[in-house]
Amino acid sequence: MSRLLLVAFDPTDALGGAGFAGALGLPFDVLLLTGQAAPGIGAEKVLATGWTELPPSDAIASAVAGLAGGYSHLASVSAMRSKDALARLAGHLDAPMVTDVIAAEGPSQFKRPIVAGSLIETVAVDGNPIVLTFRPSGFSKPAPGAEVAADNLNLPGTSAVTRVSVSSRGGARPDLTQAKVIISGGRPLKDADTFERVIGGFADAVGGAAGATRAAVDSGIAPNELQVGQTGKIVAPDLYIAAGVSGSTQHMAGIKDSKIIVAINTDPDAPIFEIADLGLVADLYQALPELQEKLKK
Amino acid sequence: MKILVAVKRVIDPYAKVGPLADGSGIDTTNVKFDVNPFDEIAIEEAVRQKEKDPSIEIVAVTIGGSECTEQLQKALAMGADRAILVETDQAYDPSSLSKELEAVVRSESPDVILMGKQATDGDNNQVGQMLAARLGWPQATFACNVQFSGGKATVSRETDTGEETLELPLPAVITTDLRLNEPRYIGIAGIVKARSKPIDRRAPVTPGGTRVRSVKVESVPARAAGKKVASVEELMNELSSRGVGA
Repeated sequence: MSRLLLVAFDPTDALGGAGFAGALGLPFDVLLLTGQAAPGIGAEKVLATGWTELPPSDAIASAVAGLAGGYSHLASVSAMRSKDALARLAGHLDAPMVTDVIAAEGPSQFKRPIVAGSLIETVAVDGNPIVLTFRPSGFSKPAPGAEVAADNLNLPGTSAVTRVSVSSRGGARPDLTQAKVIISGGRPLKDADTFERVIGGFADAVGGAAGATRAAVDSGIAPNELQVGQTGKIVAPDLYIAAGVSGSTQHMAGIKDSKIIVAINTDPDAPIFEIADLGLVADLYQALPELQEKLKK
Repeated sequence: MKILVAVKRVIDPYAKVGPLADGSGIDTTNVKFDVNPFDEIAIEEAVRQKEKDPSIEIVAVTIGGSECTEQLQKALAMGADRAILVETDQAYDPSSLSKELEAVVRSESPDVILMGKQATDGDNNQVGQMLAARLGWPQATFACNVQFSGGKATVSRETDTGEETLELPLPAVITTDLRLNEPRYIGIAGIVKARSKPIDRRAPVTPGGTRVRSVKVESVPARAAGKKVASVEELMNELSSRGVGA
C-alpha cells in the first residue's frame, strides 16, 4: 500500500509536510521524534517516540526502521539532522533515497538541485520504500488546523555514540528557515563584533533572523549555523536583505525562493544585483541604519 | 590503525556547468575533473592524523573507470600510503555505491572510514551514512574536529543550531565538512613519491546499478533582475508598494 510516514524532528517540522504529502498524493502519518502534539495538517495518525530530546542518529535510524513496515515513503524536512539520520535509515532498509526534493511529479519522480544548485535534476525512483528529504519552500503551506495529540510509542533511543557536549548559539532570534525577514551579511562586515552589531542589531530591530555568506563564515565573521546557501540553510522569507553579499552561485541557490530580495552593495557589478528585486548601490554601513529605522516604524 | 578514505572524481567544482542540449545529463565538454573537495578534506584529515601517529596506514579508494587513477594519484601525493581502484563502467547511485564500498571495507578491515559529507556534483549526502548502517558502525557526519585515542574517536560536528561533540567507539564512519581543515598544496616531491605507491585495481563484487535514475537535467529557471533604486527612501517606497513595512 502507498502511504507516507512524515518523520518530524519536532512539531514545527511537521508544518512543512502537509504540502509535500499533498504533492505526492498519498495518505500520511506523522511521527514526532520530539514533542507530544502536532499541528493539524491532515495526518491520519500522529505518533510520538516519547523522547524528550533527540538521540544520536543511529538511534533515530533504528527506531524509525522498526516502524517502516507499512510505508512506501519515509520523508523529513531537509536539514543537517535529517540527512544524518534518514540516509542511515535508508541504509538500514536498503532503500533508495532522494535528498533535497523541491518538487514531486507523482509518488516516484522528483526534482532536486545538483551541482551547488546550478542545475535541476529530475529523478525517477525504483523501490519500496523510498526515503526522501524535501525543502518545504517548494511546496504549498496550508494553514494548520487544531493541534493533534500524539500516540506515544515509547520507542527505545539507545545509541552506540555518547554525546559529550552541545553548543547552540541560537539565542532569541527566529530560526533562519522559519523567519519572515532575514538580514544577511558578507565579508565586508570585517569581524565578528561588527557583524553582530550591524547585522545582528538589524535583525533584532525588525524581529528577523541573521544570515551570512559562506565567505563570512569561513573567515570567522559569523558562526557556521548562520550560513545561507546550497551548503548551508535554504531560506524562503518574505523579505531577504543581502548586505555586502556579492552573490555566489551557491549563496543564490539558497535564497532564490525568497519573496522579495533586496541587495545593498558598493559594487554595481556584483552578481547579486542580477537576481535581486530591488538593488541599492550603497555603503551598507550608511544604508542599513537608515533602512533599519524606517522598517522598524 | 588503518584509515580508509573514500574519494570521488567530480567535475571541477569551480567550473560553470550547464545541461546537455537534450537534457540527458551535465555537459562536461571542456570541463576538468578533480577530487571532490569534501573528500580532499577527508584525505587531508587522514594525513594530519598520520603526522601525529606514524603507525597509521592510509588507504584511498574510489569506484569508477580507469580515469579515476588521476584522483587516486592526488590522494597518494597528499600522503595516502596506497590506493584501491574498483574498476568499472557500471553506473551507481549512493545506495549501490555503499554496497560496493562495504565489500572493500570487509576486505580491508579499517578502523576508521573518512569521506566527504557529500560530493559536489550529486549533492546527495548519503553514502557515508548508508555505509555505516550496512556495517552497523557508529557515524559522525559534518565533522569539524576529529581526535583519536584509546580505541575511540572524539568528533565535533556541525549541527543545524551550532555544534556538538560525540564520542564513538571504533570502527566508525566519519564524514567531513568544509571547516575541518584546509587541504595542503601538493608539492613536486609528493607527486614524484606518489608514482611509486601502489594502486590496486580490482573488479567490482556487486552488480552496481541505479534505483535513483536521472530523467532530465535542466538549468535553474532564472529569477529576473529587478530594478535599481537610488536611495534608502526610494527603496522603502518600493517595499511599501509590495506590502512590506507599510
